[in-house]
Amino acid sequence: MIYLDNSATTLIYPEVLDTYRVVSEQFFANPSSIHKLGGRSEDLLHKSRQQAAGLLGVKETEVIFTSGGTEGNNFAIKGVALGYQQRGKHLITSTIEHAASLSAFAQLEDLGFEVSYLGVDEEGRISLDELRDVWRPDTLLVSLIHVNNEIGTIQPIEEVGRFLKDKPKTLFHVDHVQGLSKVPLNFKDSGIDLATMSGHKIHGPRGIGILYMREGVTLSPLLAGGGQEFGQRSGTENLPAIVGMVRALRLVMEKSHEGIAYLQTMVNGLRQQLAERSLITFHTPERGAAPHILNFSVEGFRAEVLIHALEEEDIYVSTKSACASKTSEVSHVLLACGLSDKEARQAIRVSLSFENTQKELNTFIDSFDKKTQELMKAMEV
Amino acid sequence: MKYDTLILRYGEISLKGKNRKSFYDTLYDRVREQVLDIKDIQLKKRFDHIEVVLNDVDYRRITDRIRHVFGIQSMRAAIIVDNELEAIQSGAWRVIKEEDNITTFKISARRKNKDYAMTSKDLNYAVGSFILKNMENVTVDVHQPDMNVQIEVMESSTRIYGKVIKGVGGLPVGSAGKVMLMLSGGIDSPVAGYMMMRRGATIEAIHFHSPPYTNDRAKQKVLDLAATLQKFGGSLKLHVIPFTNAQVAIRDYAPEGYRMTIMRRMMLRIAERLAIKREALGIATGESLGQVASQTLESMNTINEVTNHPVFRPLVSTDKVEIIEMAKNIGTYDISIRPYEDCCTIFLPKAPKTKPKREQAIRFEENLPVEELMKEALAGVETIDVSKQTEALEDLL
Repeated sequence: MIYLDNSATTLIYPEVLDTYRVVSEQFFANPSSIHKLGGRSEDLLHKSRQQAAGLLGVKETEVIFTSGGTEGNNFAIKGVALGYQQRGKHLITSTIEHAASLSAFAQLEDLGFEVSYLGVDEEGRISLDELRDVWRPDTLLVSLIHVNNEIGTIQPIEEVGRFLKDKPKTLFHVDHVQGLSKVPLNFKDSGIDLATMSGHKIHGPRGIGILYMREGVTLSPLLAGGGQEFGQRSGTENLPAIVGMVRALRLVMEKSHEGIAYLQTMVNGLRQQLAERSLITFHTPERGAAPHILNFSVEGFRAEVLIHALEEEDIYVSTKSACASKTSEVSHVLLACGLSDKEARQAIRVSLSFENTQKELNTFIDSFDKKTQELMKAMEV
Repeated sequence: MKYDTLILRYGEISLKGKNRKSFYDTLYDRVREQVLDIKDIQLKKRFDHIEVVLNDVDYRRITDRIRHVFGIQSMRAAIIVDNELEAIQSGAWRVIKEEDNITTFKISARRKNKDYAMTSKDLNYAVGSFILKNMENVTVDVHQPDMNVQIEVMESSTRIYGKVIKGVGGLPVGSAGKVMLMLSGGIDSPVAGYMMMRRGATIEAIHFHSPPYTNDRAKQKVLDLAATLQKFGGSLKLHVIPFTNAQVAIRDYAPEGYRMTIMRRMMLRIAERLAIKREALGIATGESLGQVASQTLESMNTINEVTNHPVFRPLVSTDKVEIIEMAKNIGTYDISIRPYEDCCTIFLPKAPKTKPKREQAIRFEENLPVEELMKEALAGVETIDVSKQTEALEDLL
């Protein structure tokens, strides 16, 4: 199997699965129970939070464990809007956010909030000038995706942070789900107040994530209850998933020292090889994109057809975002970048992890050639 | 680009002769402990520095681990090139290129190898002009450059240094003897431990535990605090002392207003006994003058009477806000604020006496079986090797 759909989800690391099993069996007590067993669970929870904070360069009290990217984005966006609505009702985001963000904003619009959607250029990048234009003194939140999940474009997060630096009443949320461990982002230096991360994109378990919440920010909780996670996110802690995710976080952070350059070299090579073939258009920009995503279309081939053809060779790539690709809707990200409906339907995304090898990419290219030629012959007939 | 080596320097220039050697040996051990699991690197003791031969390991992995180790004044990564001028020029170019946002630079060459064909001045000029010719948007500024590129020509190779990373200074833990630290679980005592470690003291922590009035979580909290202090160098031992019976006896024999004073005197007596047994030369506490009833001058005077070991109070003149700031910086604050009751608060009156007297305390202790209670407490001491204790959970993470 050659798995090149790591932006959709990743294979859980065996060490992480070990941790998950051991914690499920031996640390099953509720961390809130006051007996000794509960104490052991709570201790492990503390240690996990401590390690996560260290790896992310933040404080322990700034790490909120959530159920993943969708909850993180919903919590940050709705939590700010509802928590600070006495200050204003204006929110800013972009047109190429993940569905979890865009849908949250749509719900807020129904509740009477006003949302400005920043457009993007053909590389999928927002413009700071437009941000400056739409920002108002009553803007509560700017929410942007750091690395776009479909095309890999990196947004100018540091610059946005700098712009917002002297506007303390506008909070800054970053959807860091795709960027974590692949595109370094210093939350503190970049003036970020909230950042969403997810476990299963970094070889961790499903259903677990982290929301970084800067000290001093308080959101209106989405989940009210027993007051876990500093009162910000109630619900019995999902300890096996938390410990597993934090272990995965350590592993990918360690790998990233050399892994980022490794991914970039592989993606550059893939781009170069594909560029030698006809009919190919790249949607991932050559500069200012994440090192693990390459999105391109092959003229004349609907993406689905090619994906199913490649899966016959046990190779797995995808169309747009996995969360949206089951519906026949065309990618809103590619349309926003100025592609036609037809072009957008031809887009394929290859997304790597630190575990992919050059050999796998060579096989991918061979199979890609074989399958496109077969398909072309079939079409001629 | 990868750096080849990392140079660690100490700060106290006054060290000389035999001191220097033992100081370096200690610092070497403290550094080694932090990087034991990074197998690829080699540590080397040099005359006036410690060298970490990186063997392809990213230097930041090392500096992240050891930036808290006391005794390191500065850390500098360097590349090693041949002594030929061309190699030095392109090396200096690579080093500047590696750093972000450099717009001004200067070259400072030094020759340890005095037979080298060029003078330092000539080298500065030759390398500087090479950089100017081959790099855009940089100029020379000899007074306040963004980067001072230091070049050191040695016998058979040349080191070119990247930017200086500041270490925390101080003296390496283990270079100044041992101190017992009274570690309660609050905000102050870990900071006091940190301050003592900063001047080279080895710490063994003492914690008083009163089950079932205080629970395992309070103990775990103290263990976590001790584990946090370990990153500044050395491994820590934690002595957990059973204190329930002593507290019950004090409640029964002493008037309410003096319970706290007598409890502290008991603690200090036990700490002194343990210090003698563990060959520690002093006792450190997190007291800050006037902060609470037990920390007035009258209280300190009355409590201190029971020992003639030096009692170090490195926080005595600091404000609470400063202590909190320090606790946050050293990573103990978040642990200290976990809400478990420690033994200092049980059985105590809402308003303990702020001006206790020695004579009174002695009088109230007459009926208290002091020696018996001390022996009992010391017989039940649980000594925990903190570094071993944390391993089990770390395996999961």
